[in-house]
Amino acid sequence: MNASRRSCRVTDSERVGLYTLVRVERNGLEPGIPGQFFMLEAPGRLLPRPFSVCLAPPGELAFLVDVVGPGTEAIAALEPGDEIAVFGPLGNGYRLDVERPLLVGGGIGIAPLPYLAEQLGGEPRIVAGFRSAEHAEAASILPPQTEVVIDPTLVTSCHLEGWDVLACGPEPMLHAVAALCPTAQLAWEAPMACGYGACYGCVVEIDGALKRLCVDGPVLAAPRVKPACDKLSQATEAIA
Amino acid sequence: MRLLNASGCLDALAAPEVARALDGFVTKTVTPLPREGNAPPRIAETAHGMLNAIGLANPGRERFLADNLPRLRELGIPIWVSVGGFCAEDYAETCARLSDIEAIELNLSCPNVDEAADSAAEIVAACRATTALPLYAKLSAAHPDIAEVARAVAAAGATGLSIINTLRAVALERNLRPALARGSGGYSGPALKPVALHAVRACAETTTLPIVGMGGIATGRDVLEFLACGATDVALGTVLFSDPDAPARVRAELVAACSEAGVASPDDAVGLGKSPETEAKVTA
Repeated sequence: MNASRRSCRVTDSERVGLYTLVRVERNGLEPGIPGQFFMLEAPGRLLPRPFSVCLAPPGELAFLVDVVGPGTEAIAALEPGDEIAVFGPLGNGYRLDVERPLLVGGGIGIAPLPYLAEQLGGEPRIVAGFRSAEHAEAASILPPQTEVVIDPTLVTSCHLEGWDVLACGPEPMLHAVAALCPTAQLAWEAPMACGYGACYGCVVEIDGALKRLCVDGPVLAAPRVKPACDKLSQATEAIA
Repeated sequence: MRLLNASGCLDALAAPEVARALDGFVTKTVTPLPREGNAPPRIAETAHGMLNAIGLANPGRERFLADNLPRLRELGIPIWVSVGGFCAEDYAETCARLSDIEAIELNLSCPNVDEAADSAAEIVAACRATTALPLYAKLSAAHPDIAEVARAVAAAGATGLSIINTLRAVALERNLRPALARGSGGYSGPALKPVALHAVRACAETTTLPIVGMGGIATGRDVLEFLACGATDVALGTVLFSDPDAPARVRAELVAACSEAGVASPDDAVGLGKSPETEAKVTA
């Protein structure tokens, strides 16, 4: 485990569409590989919450937060000067040795794409899907070449075949991408208490067995994660 | 006072540096056959704690002995093996196969699987017959009289007690459906501390067995409180999830906690939390 846990000062918190971009001082933390994640202390809550690195400018780390519960609410409410414990980088990121990268993000799943695009270099093709125009305002943090699609258009209708797909988004979208692009690298999400293999809470079916996403993932090759039956039917209607 | 982890709250192979910061590593419970564990979601946060329903996921006795245990021994720290099962023979057969470890903890109280049909004392007695290793019985505060169970396992040959396990509990989603796929889970975290302190004290006042106290320990002050109630050693559980540096931090906090409590050292805290009845008996 190369991760470390530091107290990091919040430098900025800004609204990006319906999400919040929280910036903290690195305080010696390495940003890691795109797709790896950090556990952020959620003030007033028992457990930290996992976030992939969104941006890693010199001296800073930035995380994109979607308020879905009391933990993310507390993190989105942080103000400059506040200090939180930040632990990482954790898990396995994307393989960057791809020839024809296509970055696919759905909703809050766009979070790792800015740092991923930067680390890949050049101007990779990027498709970002959102469920509303308001959500889509968050595309402002993505490079200018990004193709933005909004409900009811599916990101999976954007000709993904023939590309090296690197995706992050809601489960139905990931399963739909996996069906179209068996070689895709997909970043999955699961509730986790620790992020470093201690709690065994974040299991998903990987290679036919329940395994910890924080240790074996969160980025996995498409065929390695088995979709649940109900997810398959949802996937056909998947919108980002 | 030794600082351990609560069983199931740390994977020493995934995070060896965290394990090395402890005075011993307690494994996840090992059962005779491999167990994949419960379906997700397995964890949920509550207002003052968390629930888990992992379901004793483990590679099974044979793979544990052949693969995991040798690698754990290489860490160079005392290893405690947590043993589980569904009848006394299950436990005894695993105990018989264990050697070259610090101690065995018998998990007699997992809230996430169906309980063994045999009583705690029967299981301890069966294990005692197969091993000379120290046997710590992990008991639940859900029993109406944990002190009675403590006396029974002491008589059956237990070397020590591990107190307490998580408590069976339920958390609901916003739509009022269970948050965990299993429907219920084991409650842990800060909310457990007063319950655990009572259980530790009740057992300390009825047996002379050493006690590993656990349940909501997050600070050096918490450690002192467990010692004051009769624990001889302590274990960190849920706090390791949010703070992998907790072992070093808790040790560092002990110094200030002693000073604030008005005791010279952790040893001087021992027994200060005894109940008035016991105090009266001692004085008499």
